[in-house]
Amino acid sequence: MSVSAGLTLVLSAVVSPLYLGVIQRTKSFFAGRAGPPIAQTYFDLFKLLRKGAVYSGTTTWVFRLGPIAGPAAGLAALSLLPQGPAAAPWSFPGDFLVLIYLLAAARFFTLISALDTGSSFEGMGASREAAFSALAEPVLLLSIAAAARSTGQTSLSGIFAGAGAALSRGAAPVFLLLAVALVIVLLAENSRIPVDDPSTHLELTMIHEVMVLDHSGPDLALILWGGSLKLWILGALIVGLLLPIRTGHPWIDWLVFAGGMFVLALVIGVIESSIARLRMNRVPQFLVGGGAFAVVALALAMR
Amino acid sequence: MLVLSGLAAWGVPRRAAAWVGVTGAIVGSLVGLIPAIHVLADGTTVAAQAPWNLPLASFAIAIDPLSAFFLLPVFSLSALTAVYGFGYLKHHRGRGRAGTPWLWSNLLTASMAAVLVARNGILFLVAWEVMTVASYFLVTFEHERKQAREAGRIYLVAAHIGTAFLLVFFLKLAGPADTLDFNRFLQGGPGGIAGTLFFLMLVGFGVKAGFVPLHVWLPEAHPAAPPHVSALLSGAMLKMGIYGILRFLPYLGAPPSLWGWTLLGVGLGSALTGVLYSLAQRDLKRVLAYSSVENVGIIAVSLGLGLLGLTYDSPPIVVLGFGAALLHVLNHAAFKGLLFLGAGAAVQSAHTGDLEYLGGLLKRLPSTGWAFLLGAVAIAGLPPLNGFVSEFLLYLGAFRAVANLTPPAALAGACTIGGLGLVGGLAAATFARGFGIAFLGEPRTQAAHRAHDVAPSLRLPMLVLATACFVLAFASLWIVPALRPVLAVATGIPSAILAAEVASVGTTLISLTEVTAGFLLLLLALAGLRKLLLVRRAVATSITWDCGYAAASPRGGYTASSFAQPALQLFAPMLGTRVTNLDPLGPFPTEASLATATPDSFRERVFGPLGRELARQLARFRHIQEGRVQIYVLYIAVTLVALLLYEFARVR
Amino acid sequence: MVTALEILIVFLVFSNLRLLGLSRLNASIRTVAAQGVVLGIIALLANAHHITWRILTIACAGIVLKGVVFPVLLYRALRAAKVRREVEPYLGYLPSVLAGVGAFLISLWVAARLPLPEATVSTLMVPAALSTMFVGLLLTVTRKKALSQALGYLVFENGIYAFGVGVALEAPVLVEMGILLDVFVAVFVMGIAVFHISREFDSIDTTKLATLKE
Repeated sequence: MSVSAGLTLVLSAVVSPLYLGVIQRTKSFFAGRAGPPIAQTYFDLFKLLRKGAVYSGTTTWVFRLGPIAGPAAGLAALSLLPQGPAAAPWSFPGDFLVLIYLLAAARFFTLISALDTGSSFEGMGASREAAFSALAEPVLLLSIAAAARSTGQTSLSGIFAGAGAALSRGAAPVFLLLAVALVIVLLAENSRIPVDDPSTHLELTMIHEVMVLDHSGPDLALILWGGSLKLWILGALIVGLLLPIRTGHPWIDWLVFAGGMFVLALVIGVIESSIARLRMNRVPQFLVGGGAFAVVALALAMR
Repeated sequence: MLVLSGLAAWGVPRRAAAWVGVTGAIVGSLVGLIPAIHVLADGTTVAAQAPWNLPLASFAIAIDPLSAFFLLPVFSLSALTAVYGFGYLKHHRGRGRAGTPWLWSNLLTASMAAVLVARNGILFLVAWEVMTVASYFLVTFEHERKQAREAGRIYLVAAHIGTAFLLVFFLKLAGPADTLDFNRFLQGGPGGIAGTLFFLMLVGFGVKAGFVPLHVWLPEAHPAAPPHVSALLSGAMLKMGIYGILRFLPYLGAPPSLWGWTLLGVGLGSALTGVLYSLAQRDLKRVLAYSSVENVGIIAVSLGLGLLGLTYDSPPIVVLGFGAALLHVLNHAAFKGLLFLGAGAAVQSAHTGDLEYLGGLLKRLPSTGWAFLLGAVAIAGLPPLNGFVSEFLLYLGAFRAVANLTPPAALAGACTIGGLGLVGGLAAATFARGFGIAFLGEPRTQAAHRAHDVAPSLRLPMLVLATACFVLAFASLWIVPALRPVLAVATGIPSAILAAEVASVGTTLISLTEVTAGFLLLLLALAGLRKLLLVRRAVATSITWDCGYAAASPRGGYTASSFAQPALQLFAPMLGTRVTNLDPLGPFPTEASLATATPDSFRERVFGPLGRELARQLARFRHIQEGRVQIYVLYIAVTLVALLLYEFARVR
Repeated sequence: MVTALEILIVFLVFSNLRLLGLSRLNASIRTVAAQGVVLGIIALLANAHHITWRILTIACAGIVLKGVVFPVLLYRALRAAKVRREVEPYLGYLPSVLAGVGAFLISLWVAARLPLPEATVSTLMVPAALSTMFVGLLLTVTRKKALSQALGYLVFENGIYAFGVGVALEAPVLVEMGILLDVFVAVFVMGIAVFHISREFDSIDTTKLATLKE
């Protein structure tokens, strides 16, 4: 594990809460408000870390397992992700599978910690989360399969490295479709509009927010951090596929990567501000639409 | 060693027989494991032969790496379930002798071992039949219950249909030879009938393995049997079907792509059907039974991919496909065994298996809950446990196919990826539901509230299996290279050629294990960090906040059917769920209810009507059964005369 | 150039999928209009190196007709019938979208096996055309509102036109103009028919028309 790889890991873990701030700021701009400062998430984290906790008598150690699974999986997944010019600390064929399933494990532990409270609100959120993520996972896997087919590689580093060559060979439509599918998955997995509304907490309509209703104090801070890590990971995946620019100068590559992430945050903010939240029974159609993008991308790549 | 197990099997139907039965099972299993491990380590084959005066038969047995590999789960599970059964059956002062279940379970183990080492068609079929009969008696152990009798009947019919197919298969495979010894089977492929043989084999072994649509006996039989038997059935007996397919594939010659696609299709169909029905069940044991159908489907998908690798001559895909299948056999034995044992403990403590009547069991059965959680995480295919490793290998094979092979093979990979992704997500949902509703939250009935933990003899096997899940996950990087001799036998490719591929898979697994270990360390680190943070702060206990609803009752917790509803709604046409409801009427409704039931579509729409029609047609022949002895004597006389006349005509 | 064409063809395919999942009728009309415009642009781009006045006029006429005139006619019918949404079709939205994706994949396979002349536009054009035709058929068969069936017919026409572009059929001016006129008249008549149906039956739900058989 090289120094730059390790440093990238630590840096991205620290910088990821900023991402939420940028998205929030964009949404406020569209709503005509000034909005909270970009570093607001950090303030929230520090506030929560200083507090005590209240645990429900119904819960067991499973409830305490959920909040730590999120950041643990996120950090482990970050170690598999090449960002910008930095290589990933671990890279091997099929590493993206480990990444996806680490995030899935975190989701599983969150699900059962929600069921641990014995409350029907959390149960409702958990059941929707389970159903929608069962649809989102194949979309994510098929998108990466399309990228793997165009580049002929089976590891993330390989795919990112080969993306530039593939694009110049005329695989642009494939990557465009891929990007749309991946953005749809990102919106679904990170509880963004149109799948879920992260800013209100109406239990009967929400998915992610309602699952973590009973957590408090440091637990909630860990959950918040885990969520921002997950957002960063999926965002870095999209930017890595779409901007495979390798000029050879690390500083320029870093700038390109950071710029790409920033633009992606803006795009997410714009999407969130322009569409309304979907009715709950339309969310599967949304995800299947994303799947259609991925399948067509794969079909095009296989021609 | 087989004979020892056999002797122990006549585990004496007497009083105080439980001790004899258990000791026999454990000793026999351990003794049986020794040669198995020996053969696996060496890669050699141990053989023996003796004549037998049935036609076409000889007592030919041998242990080669493939048999040895499958002997591992058989013997380990039988030893562990024997320990469990000892504690479980203590509560069953039922009718009949105390030693009967031991007789049948030891006989089951012995027959499974016999199937694995048999090298003659007749011996194989005899052992297969004994296996079926022994498990039938175990399934109908609680024969007072109508459901158990019904389950046994369906199981018997299904199993014998499968055996019939196998008989035809063996006869055709032997061709003109005068014996059904395996090594006298048509070498180099039987020419034109390879396709028929493949079909016969698929159906015959598929019934036992539980491929859809031949699975209808599984969800009846496995829940009806006592939990330690269900663990053995799911963990070991289903794999006999897989073993059969692996054993006889090389005899059929080079596989055309149709076979790989068939297995792939059957596997994906089984996996999806299995997981959907699993999500829809109310009974915890039925959830597990359908989940076995799903996992057998995954194994079939791996085999299909491996076969396609053979067709398209791609060693990496072959290694990954067959390797994933073999590893999943082992993994499934571990975590399904664990889950059935845990479920059995929970059901025994709470006196019901219905998920809607359970709840909060984790606090009352802590070690069982722990074990069940580990089993659930493993079966959902999540890191850091072993289910993930075998699914990872399968995915890697599929992605390799997509990335590097020509479109037909790449298409197979793509279908695998999409299907497996969906199945994996639904499996995670199923087991979050299974574990969450049964073990978490508040108990929904008084019985669940009063549940208490089970005896140590039940907990010990669960502990061993849970540890096995961890060990299998982290030791995978040694296990997979050790599978090389098994792969050589199964695929027909010489071991030396496989070496490079297996080595590269091993290297990948090393990195995988490192990352998984890192994940576990991070979990511990963060837990420690949180503890540190909370040391000086106020930590209080209260009721569930529930967004301020202070009068929550246990019955207000989310129900199992509600949990499954969003996912099942998407697949409604496939499932045919029946909803009966009584809507609340008026401003002060007194009665309202909602009930959902998801019967097995295959049983309802295919086999049920088929069986009934068959019964109706056959009933016409019932008048042959006159009941009077004179008529029967007349029948015999008529038949003899007819045979005599036929012989005369032939000789003429 | 090929890449831009391929992106447009992909847009065509996705406009079909969108139609299958949409229940709002005015959005459907807009989607079909966009489809027509994109097809016109594809026709122009395909012949970019040898543009003649003939090709230019026909393409522009197509764009104007499909992008402006037809939507106007259909909107009028929509307003007269006072409907906004499709009712639950015979084949649900989710299965329809899945069927559309499946149709595209099958079209890819079929097109590879058809004995067609060398593809001048892109190898994607014929599969996209075949799947568009299928989607038009699906819309006509599974939707209940008469307007949706009109839209299905238009999509089917688009598919046939796309197929022509894909195999670079050069038809005489008269034939191409004749086809366009045909379609125009059909839509005009359908608009009138919808208006009259809604006036007679107070709805344009075709399930109610089934009572005519008695």
